Amino acid sequence: MTEPTVEPFDPPEQVSPKAQTIDGMLPAPAGLFDSTVEAGLEFKARSQWSYARRRFLRHRLAMAGLVGLIIIFGSGIFANFIAPYSYSAIDLNNILHPPTTTAHHFFGTDEIGRDYFSRVIWGIRTSEEVGLFVAAVSSLIGLCVGAAAGYYGGWVDNLLMRLTDLVLTLPALAILLTAAALLGQGSQWRVSIILALFFWTGIARVVRGIFLSLREKEYVEAAKASGANDMRIMFRHILPNTLGPIIVNGTIAVAAAIITEAALSFLGFGIQPPTPSLGVLVAGGQTNPQQWWLTVFPGLTIVVIVLCVNFMGDGLRDALDPTQRRVRA
Amino acid sequence: MPEPVLSIQNLAVEFKTDDGIVHAVDDITYEIYPGETLGIVGESGSGKSVSTLSILGLIPQPPGRVVSGTAMFKGKDLLKLKKKELRDVRGDEVAMVFQDPMTSLNPVLKIGYQLGEAIKTHYPKERDEKVKQRVIDLLRLVGVPNPDTRYDQYPHEFSGGMRQRAMIAMSIANSPSLLIADEPTTALDVTIQAQVLEVLKTVQNETNAAIILITHDLGIVAELCERVLVMYAGRIVESGDVHTIFQSPRHPYTIGLMDSLPKLTEDEEWLRPIPGAPPSLINRPSGCAFHPRCFLSQGRLRCREEVPVLRKAEGTGHEAACHFSDELAGRASKFAEAVPSGGRD
Amino acid sequence: MLTYIARRILYSIPVMFLSTFLSFVFVSYAGNPVGNLRNNPKISQNTLELVIKHNHLDRSVPVRYWFWLQDVVTHKLGNSLLTFQPIWPDITRTIGHTAQVIIISETLAIILGIAVGIFSAIRQYSVFDYLFTSVSFLGYAMPVFWFALLLQVLFVNIYLKWHVRIFYTSGLNTPGKGTWSLDRLQHIALPIMTLLVISFALYSRYMRASMLDVINSDYVRTARAKGVSEWRVIMRHVFRNALIPVVTIAALNLGGLLGGAIITETIFTLDGIGYYFIQSLQGSDYYAVMAYLVVTSVIIILFNLIADIIYGYLDPRIRYD
Repeated sequence: MTEPTVEPFDPPEQVSPKAQTIDGMLPAPAGLFDSTVEAGLEFKARSQWSYARRRFLRHRLAMAGLVGLIIIFGSGIFANFIAPYSYSAIDLNNILHPPTTTAHHFFGTDEIGRDYFSRVIWGIRTSEEVGLFVAAVSSLIGLCVGAAAGYYGGWVDNLLMRLTDLVLTLPALAILLTAAALLGQGSQWRVSIILALFFWTGIARVVRGIFLSLREKEYVEAAKASGANDMRIMFRHILPNTLGPIIVNGTIAVAAAIITEAALSFLGFGIQPPTPSLGVLVAGGQTNPQQWWLTVFPGLTIVVIVLCVNFMGDGLRDALDPTQRRVRA
Repeated sequence: MPEPVLSIQNLAVEFKTDDGIVHAVDDITYEIYPGETLGIVGESGSGKSVSTLSILGLIPQPPGRVVSGTAMFKGKDLLKLKKKELRDVRGDEVAMVFQDPMTSLNPVLKIGYQLGEAIKTHYPKERDEKVKQRVIDLLRLVGVPNPDTRYDQYPHEFSGGMRQRAMIAMSIANSPSLLIADEPTTALDVTIQAQVLEVLKTVQNETNAAIILITHDLGIVAELCERVLVMYAGRIVESGDVHTIFQSPRHPYTIGLMDSLPKLTEDEEWLRPIPGAPPSLINRPSGCAFHPRCFLSQGRLRCREEVPVLRKAEGTGHEAACHFSDELAGRASKFAEAVPSGGRD
Repeated sequence: MLTYIARRILYSIPVMFLSTFLSFVFVSYAGNPVGNLRNNPKISQNTLELVIKHNHLDRSVPVRYWFWLQDVVTHKLGNSLLTFQPIWPDITRTIGHTAQVIIISETLAIILGIAVGIFSAIRQYSVFDYLFTSVSFLGYAMPVFWFALLLQVLFVNIYLKWHVRIFYTSGLNTPGKGTWSLDRLQHIALPIMTLLVISFALYSRYMRASMLDVINSDYVRTARAKGVSEWRVIMRHVFRNALIPVVTIAALNLGGLLGGAIITETIFTLDGIGYYFIQSLQGSDYYAVMAYLVVTSVIIILFNLIADIIYGYLDPRIRYD
């Protein structure tokens, strides 16, 4: 390959950036871009979401959690098709049968012969309904209240902070039990609403923090100067920054809601039988300690759900907020 | 010619990351002599900090690794010392000042305690009152007002500039022969910067220590240093005394750095940044690391294939790592008339 | 430092009032203390009216709160709606038992959690670290009631199969045995283990994360650059800074612990304040329920205060808040 002839060197003339530029910079020396890509100088700019997605996919535990959740929650959604029996089908010939593969009683039967595997599957569906509802509603409330408090400040903010502080000083389970006992009446949806009304404070705090810090940033001032009104600023400029923490908090809320509802139901104040929730099932197991499967399977399901959610939450946190100097477990 | 205080030969440091091996420092060699101030200039990622952190053993070893090289200090190779011996050297004979004084001082311990710790670690038998007195004297030396009251205060009660002064005081507590200052003024306001640089000068006058001053700011180099190394992508690309380099730089990168600075004595319509972006240290360009952004290279094969070594530049006596640096001879730099007498002559 | 403490105490007082008032209002509005009694055929109309008058149920809520406050100050906390006996002695008795379990398990959890967290951080990526991290992930995910049940099922079956009683699975102690006897310890071992595991998972995880954060911080690098030995770096520089978030977590965990106590005491039928609460709730004894809510809120606020003070001691930046 012949070498290009070299002229005695002249420093490039000062050129206005408007003429012949690449990305507004000066005209590049000859052959610049031929070598930059191989040299690893250039990279294709991607959107923020695809970066997040790539980070998440690399996190093996998170992927495992996601797969696990898809399987479990999926079986809950499609309970009609997966459960071999209905959750109330009684078979008095077969009570308290240990787990076996005959007649598809994989998890055994309970004290009135109902197939436990089916009951657990239906229990998963109840639990996931509760978990997702509570997470969604509490996130929504928390977002609205936190945004208002963080953005407008003043007495709204003060009120919110005092309220969340107060909630922190209350004995959580006791309050929820009392509320469920007085207002819950064993209904799945009432219990879900009660939980949501308790959980929103956590998210509100986080959202408020973000709005508070971003409100002062220059690009918000710039938006204001160009005439944007409050709602527009909040929606287009600040809100996208809160989505990350909200998603992370939301996943935590799902797990917390499932555990809490299970505890409430276990103690008898949450969802009442015959609706199978995982907590109700575990409670049933307490009266028959020798039939270990009655206790183990529903509880194990809860543990697996929560583990998966936690792993996913870890992965999401890594993916959506890499600026935090996170230590991977 | 006196013996060098520190002599680094063929030092190479790499980091293992999820994306590949990062060659942070790739075969550098330099020396520093007693009493002199050596500047190391480069962009972020050029390897300037890593080279000094690695000889003190301050690079976390699992991801980081010293691949090769020696660092001779007073007859001992720092890279081969055992942990305890290296600790004896750190803070006593070789000291470091870091960039961000806010995070570099422990927030829950008093300033007096932290400075005293520097002394007591190496001289545990000294009496407490003596140590306290020395600390107060040091604080006074660096210009901290009311040192006796300040002794009992916490870092958050100091201003940014004062904290950096305290850090400097802490580093010279045991009169080290070598002081490494890693971007000591980058985190400070410009006016405070000038003050801190003054403190460094004072400290050097007092202790006659050699100073390695790491920075990305050419102005500081011009003010304080006698010699300077220019680093790019983990290699030294130019090395020599400050006057010469500012008058007739012989490496396109150095020229690019200077060209990108505004000249206050003339009108300039547009600034001239170096085109492109710093290279990935995992996937370095073949041959000369700078060739993709180089105006001198013009695509020539040698630049793309052969790594240039430091060799004496024609006519000036300083060293540059460029195949075609001779073509830059006779070209006056932007700041030729403006070079200050800087540092200590 | 003293002004800081005084300020925190002053701040806690209105919070206590507000908290107890909220509990009171909530229970009074949502519950209907008289409704159940009315339905009970054994209670005559006279008794009913006496109850209403005595408990001021015919007055408005804030007024009732005021009377109730007076009751509190005179240490009575009112009388139970079920038994018509004073509530206070029940509370003091049960709280002692709960305290015994919680104090033992928390002390162990904190000591073990901090130690394991430190060790795990120092030996990051070692086998120990991975093992312990997995265990703590598991402990985190475990619902309290399930773990307690598992323990109960396990030890019941051990007894039934091999007739060896290692730990008791219900009750506080066999009658006649003392509070600190071996018998008692055998009874409360399982509830202690339950609470211990979950708190331990929390503390050790936080301690480890906090340690790693601090170990990689700039001021630790400065200390190393000064030549300080690794041991001293950890003890003097890292430890104190790393402890700060853990103190906060431990204080905030008290609410969760009390909830855990409710669950373990119910499963293991211990005569603790949690079990008392559940029974009162089941029996719609709202004054007892309220007494519980109020007492526990006050305890939580008190502990938050103590945590704040410890925090102020550990981190001088906070004192000038």
